[in-house]
Amino acid sequence: MSTLTAVRKGGIRSSGTRDTGIRGRGAALGLLAWLAGIVFFLPIAWMALTSLHSEEDAATNPPSFAAALTLDGYRDFFGAGGGASPWPALINSTTASVVSTLCVLLLALPAAYALSIRPVKKWTDVLFFFLSTKMLPAVAGLLPIYLFAKNTGLLDNVWLLVVLYTSMNLPIAVWMMQSFLAEVPVAIIEAAQIDGARLPTVLARVVAPIAAPGIAATALICFIFSWNELLFARVLTGTVAETAPVFLTGFITSQGLFLAKVCAASLVISLPVLAAGFAAQDKLVQGLSLGAVK
Amino acid sequence: MTTTTAPRVTAARRARTAEPPGRLRAWATRAPLLPALVFMIVVTQLPFVATLVISLFDWNALYPDARRFAGLANYGEVLTDPDLRNSVLTTIVLTVTVVLASLVLGLGLALLLDRKFRGRGLVRTLLIAPFLLVPVAAALLWKHVLYNPEYGLLNGLLNLVGGPQPDWISSTPLLAIEASLVWQWTPFMMLILLAGLQSRSHEVMEAARMDGASNWQIFRYMTLPHLRRYLELGALLGSIYIVQNFDAVFTITQGGLGTANLPYTVYQTFYAAHENGLASAAGVLVVIGSIIIATFALRVVSSLFREEVSRA
Repeated sequence: MSTLTAVRKGGIRSSGTRDTGIRGRGAALGLLAWLAGIVFFLPIAWMALTSLHSEEDAATNPPSFAAALTLDGYRDFFGAGGGASPWPALINSTTASVVSTLCVLLLALPAAYALSIRPVKKWTDVLFFFLSTKMLPAVAGLLPIYLFAKNTGLLDNVWLLVVLYTSMNLPIAVWMMQSFLAEVPVAIIEAAQIDGARLPTVLARVVAPIAAPGIAATALICFIFSWNELLFARVLTGTVAETAPVFLTGFITSQGLFLAKVCAASLVISLPVLAAGFAAQDKLVQGLSLGAVK
Repeated sequence: MTTTTAPRVTAARRARTAEPPGRLRAWATRAPLLPALVFMIVVTQLPFVATLVISLFDWNALYPDARRFAGLANYGEVLTDPDLRNSVLTTIVLTVTVVLASLVLGLGLALLLDRKFRGRGLVRTLLIAPFLLVPVAAALLWKHVLYNPEYGLLNGLLNLVGGPQPDWISSTPLLAIEASLVWQWTPFMMLILLAGLQSRSHEVMEAARMDGASNWQIFRYMTLPHLRRYLELGALLGSIYIVQNFDAVFTITQGGLGTANLPYTVYQTFYAAHENGLASAAGVLVVIGSIIIATFALRVVSSLFREEVSRA
């Protein structure tokens, strides 16, 4: 009910002196938005509920909405039932995502500086070269990379993924950070330099504080893409370096009653992405549209 | 091209002979850019060149001694092989369906969210959650938890109302994959279009309303034209991401039942069938297709980009 009244108030504020018919319609549209949100979220809510049911309760038809809750699905996923432990895969994913994100920042920050604050000639061309590499499908370069890794003994090595994920995310990071650094007013930088500040000081004291939220959002988005990646990880890793998404592919074929375990696994492995995504919510569009939309 | 290069060449020559400090300064400006640029060229461009070369060879990894130059024969085989041709068709159908459906749904949701109502932030969070599941996890959710004919949620709910109990993946495999992808990509389209809606000028809208324009007129003649470029951008970026989709096809059907798209087929051709030459030729074709989409995408991005730069 409180939703309805709030919508009415909002309606009055936005449309001034409109009649009650319009206000009623505003309330209906607000309700519709809520309904859409719930419909889209329902599969995830159901997955969360199923992960907390016992395997027997998870596989009933019609579904048991009010069955007793248990953490058995999670215990089972973490290897209590004698299955493979997910920890090596989770650690590999963490290594690949975190280290590649750090490499991306290390390469993208200076590049973005040379494309915004002290731009090189034809800097837009360079920016669009980065973007164009992102538009070529990864699968087309997969075979040479596989052959290269096989011949150099880098197959099933998590550091190969670090290099590939860095190249996968670098264009996004350069685009995002270019736009964040471009927002730093040149006048402030010049003022600091006139006051005698040297370049490292200017970067640390003037540029960094202004660009910090943008840099953090960029890092979160690169982390999400690396964490999610399946194709390269699937082809280039085996038992040693397998990542969390590759571990999840073990659930593709049904294994008897395993629904609670699948749900627990999917949720645990998605948790870092959900957390990073909600934290970077406002900058998410910008990252996904490669900086084209603010 | 020649008009732009000529002055640059002379400038560079002048710098070399007369002003070494100027040239040094130019390199100092370029230096921060070089590591990223060199890294990108080595890791992303060289493999494509290698793919191009391998595509000209008849090369099965199981018979390395029989490797020989085959010219364009692989391309002929790729284009005449019914499986590969089907995968081209599947890729197009999958991409077009998912992009259009999620664009339309995303537009509806963006319009709903562009208004003030209690709990708007929470609804937005609920709506983007599907996009923040690991793609494999989302595909597993649809395959096992929703679609399963015996205990999946869809049939469970149908059972409650006495409905039929279809086997979703077996009877409509491509539609099953498309539905899961639309669910994941609608939030993406919504976010882009919402950003577009919020960049409209409120004064102009208010002025139109004062002049007696109806809601429909404002939507048809002001909002839609303004959104056009955001719609194009969403469609193109969505196409680029979904043409490359591997996770959903691999997880939900393992490429079976006529759902193998090009990335899955390329993967299958070299990973399972070890046909390196064929896989590379197919890969090159994927690249050519992507370049066509990418050319349009770059044009849209660049027009939005120039607008931003000139506004700043």
